[in-house]
Order: sequence, then C-alpha cells, then structure tokens
Amino acid sequence: MKYQPLKRSKLYWILHDSLVLIRRSFRHIFKHPDQLLGLAIQPIMFMLLFRYVFGGAINTGGTTYVNFLVAGILVQSVAFGSLTTSLSVATDLTRGIIDRFKSLPMFAGAVLVGHVAADLFRNVVSSIIMILVGLLVGFRPEASVTEWILIFGIILLFSFAMSWLAAIMGLLARTVEAVQWMGFFLIFPLTFASAAFVPTDSMPKYLRLFAENQPVTHVIEAMRALMVGTPVENHLWLAALWCGAIIIVAIPLAAYLFRTKISK
Amino acid sequence: MSAIEIKGLIKSFGTVEVLKGIDLTVEQGTMLALLGPNGAGKTTTVKILSTLLQPDGGTVTVSGFDVVKDSQKVRGVIGLTGQYAAVDELLTGRQNIVMLGQLYHLSPKDSASRAQELLEQFDLVDAADRAAKTYSGGMRRRLDLALSLVATPPILFLDEPTTGLDPRSRTNMWAVIEGLMKEGTTILLTTQYLEEADRLADQIAMIDDGKVIASGTADELKRKVGTERVEFTIAQESNFTEAVRLIEGEGKTSSDEARTISVSTDGSVRETKRVLDALYGAGIEIDTMSVHKPTLDDAFLRLTGHKATEEETTV
Repeated sequence: MKYQPLKRSKLYWILHDSLVLIRRSFRHIFKHPDQLLGLAIQPIMFMLLFRYVFGGAINTGGTTYVNFLVAGILVQSVAFGSLTTSLSVATDLTRGIIDRFKSLPMFAGAVLVGHVAADLFRNVVSSIIMILVGLLVGFRPEASVTEWILIFGIILLFSFAMSWLAAIMGLLARTVEAVQWMGFFLIFPLTFASAAFVPTDSMPKYLRLFAENQPVTHVIEAMRALMVGTPVENHLWLAALWCGAIIIVAIPLAAYLFRTKISK
Repeated sequence: MSAIEIKGLIKSFGTVEVLKGIDLTVEQGTMLALLGPNGAGKTTTVKILSTLLQPDGGTVTVSGFDVVKDSQKVRGVIGLTGQYAAVDELLTGRQNIVMLGQLYHLSPKDSASRAQELLEQFDLVDAADRAAKTYSGGMRRRLDLALSLVATPPILFLDEPTTGLDPRSRTNMWAVIEGLMKEGTTILLTTQYLEEADRLADQIAMIDDGKVIASGTADELKRKVGTERVEFTIAQESNFTEAVRLIEGEGKTSSDEARTISVSTDGSVRETKRVLDALYGAGIEIDTMSVHKPTLDDAFLRLTGHKATEEETTV
C-alpha cells in the first residue's frame, strides 16, 4: 500500500490525536469570530448593568461595588462560556461526525479534549476583555504579578472543570436546544445564587446557606480576594478542591458516556 | 479468509430486538448489498461492523479481526460512509481530508498529498478551499466518501450512500463506487433501492425485521420469485372465458375487466408458441402480448409480503 500509518507509541498518538482535534476546535473559533465576540458582549452588558444601574443600591461594605463586581462577572462568564463545549459536543453528535471519529484507529476522546481546550482559550480571551472593560469603568485591582498568575490559574482550572461538566451535558442532551436549557438551569442558579453580584448577608437563611457553600462562590471569593484584597479565608483552597473534585469525577464520566454514545 | 463474517448476530435496544440472528459472509474484493426497508436493521449491522455498537450475541469478524476484541485493528482496515454526510462543515474540504489523514496516522506529507489525490479523484478541486457547509448535497457525499477512503482501506462500508441524492448525483456516485470495486475494495453497501443493489452488487442479502430473508445473486433472487411471465390481452370480451380455459400453465391469473391472462413460462419461444397456437386454433384474437422478467421488487414482495420501500416501487 502506498499510504502506510506511522508507527509510534500509544501515548504519542493520544497526544497527537488530541492536538489534531484541538486544532480543529480552534479553527471553529476563528470560523465564528462572532461567537467569541458574543461571549464577551453579554458579560460586558452585565458589567455595565450592575455597575451603573443596580450597583448604587448594593452595599458591599469596605470595597467599591465595581471592585466587588469584576470577580463575579468573570466567573459567571466563564461558567456560561463553557457551555460552548456542550453545544459543540451536541452538534458533533447530531451531525454524525462522532461516528466517523469513532470508526477511526485514533484516540476518540480527543474530540472532547479539542472542545475543552477551545473553551479554555475562549474563556481566557473573554476574561482579559472583561478585565480591560472593568478598568475602564473604575475597577482598581491591587493584585501583584504572582496574584494575577494565580487569578488566571483559577480561571483556567474553573473553566476546565466547567467544560468537562458541559461535555457531559452535551453527551446527555438529545438536541442542541436541550443543551441550552440544561445549561441555563444548571449555570443560572449556580452563578446568581452566589456571591457574584451581591454579598450573601442579605439573602434569606437557606439561600444564604447554599450561596455561601457552593463551589462557584468559593471561586469568586478566592478571585476577589486576590484582585482587591477582600478576606481570603478558606476560599482559595476550597475553590481548588471543588474544581479538582469536579474534574476527577467529570472526566471519567464524560469518557464513559462518550464511549457508549453514537450519533442520534 | 472471508473479508467479513457475521454469525448469529443479535442486537437489541432496550426491549426492541433489532437484529434477530444475522448470518452473512462477504468474500474479499466483492460487494454485498444489504437490501431492506427502513428499520430492517441495515444501519445497526453497519454500526456493529464499524465498531460503533457492540453486539449482544454472535460473532462478527472483519478481515479476521473480532469487532469486539480487536476493535482498534478493525478500525485500521475499514472506511465508513454513513447515512448522513459526516463532514466537518466549518472546515474546508481539504482541511477535512488532511485532518482524517492525520487521524489515520499518516505522515503530514502523506496526508497532504493524499488530500490532493482525493480532491482530484472526487472532482472537488475547485471547492477544495471552501468551507464544506457551502457544498451541495452531492459534493458533501463525495467529500464524505473521500474521507472514508483516506487510508485506502481494503474494506468499505457504505450506509445508504445515495439516499436523498438527485438522479444525476446518484449516477455519479455509482460510477465512483464501481471504480472502487475495480480496484479490489471489498464493499458492504446498504440500500433501500433495488435498482442500486441490482446494478452494483455481486451478492444481495434481503433483510427484513432483523433477519436475512433471502440471499444470493440478483438473478438467483429473481428466480426465487418464479420464472418469466407472459401476459395476453384478449381482443373480444365474448371469447375471454374460452381463452382462460384454453391457456394452461402454472400460476395462471386473469382479469375480466382488463381482459388479461398471465401465466408463468420457462422463457422459451416454443412454450409461448404453444399457447399462441392454442388460442389462434380456437379463433381467439389477441390484442397484445408482453413478457415480464421478475424484478427484485417482485422478489421482495413475494418474500416479505410488503414492498421494499414505499416511494421506490419500480425497477
């Protein structure tokens, strides 16, 4: 035969195939620049809405509202942004291309790796855009270089965890529309019933109990502490622990679902 | 060793038994057409052969490799073209092919030159650097087929490759498939179109409700339905009854309103002449006479009690 496959180790091909499909997912980003823009526009609208419409009525104690707000908006946009993985996975499933990948002698999980990696990229880009917009409307961070590195570390870790959860939703949903609803019902309460936009003290007892102990709040509070010097308490390591736990559970589950799913 | 061997294949989805014990063999370098209506189990069979689904029972080997135990080896020798053109719509035709080459673990150089070859072979050079979503239905199918050929697989599964194509694209697709057969590719094709199976396949397996109900060459299957039939239309109503009485033969049917009589013959001129002589001897005038060769459609109808498809009834 004229065309012979190369001989390399199994690990080599896992990395190689992942890279090939990461490139595919990145090409999708640039085929849809409007998608990237859309991901940044919604949080920017939220930022302006809360900064100028609601912000004046919200008491955040020692910190200015805009300094309080940026960490919350950032985490919310990363959470919603990772839903792109759900959409991409669901689209692949409905279009039949998953069947093609699974019939190849490749590391099929690379399909998910590609979408998750593209999410990481998108989320970092939209985070940078939002921090810059924040600076324009009065955000005054006090973070050192090390703290900024930590902040972006948290963004990446949180985005990674959320994207794998999103991949599971994409695998479970039957249609692209269903993905959007599933995402909404999961991400909406997690981001709004949190310390993203208001301090939790003002919430009713049970809501407050939930809001103060759920993972998104820990991620927000950790980031806020690093950005503007609010008390860090246990938030940083709890955030890391939550993200780690989500990743440890979500990756094998996504891998299992992926193996058993074929195109609808 | 046969290229594909299926023995006692069983598969259920929940409580629905989709495959109820399929046995099939495809010899190297030949084409088997799986012919059957929607829901007969054709696609499920292909999905098991291409390692996408696991069988519940039976053994399935492709090129000697078990689809369950040696699935990764099976994937190395097959190409799959599914019912829906599975191309990445956002990538260009060329990017699609190169990506597949890389995933088949060809070198980057080989992936690129193979892409160029396939684009030329499938008449996609002009559209090579356009996103696949701008392609017409026929172009997408061609790209889809090109993708399944990247690694020049010796065994190819074509799951309804022409469903939904216009007649011209279908004819083009047939020409491409005939080319692949000339090169010695073993092909398992599923189709709802009797014409397609009749024209392309060496062997045909008729599948209905999860079982193979008949298999053989197109001619063998047609013979199962019976021999040729001759149909006469009698000129005058007055001697129609007399004509019906005179004509002897197996499977005689007649219609008063149309004044037609139809009988099986062995296809010989002598046999036909004998009937004609009998009628003319009694002074019965014949309007028209026609000879019907059995079609795969007849075979399917005879074997299953229903037509292969609703829309495609003529061959």
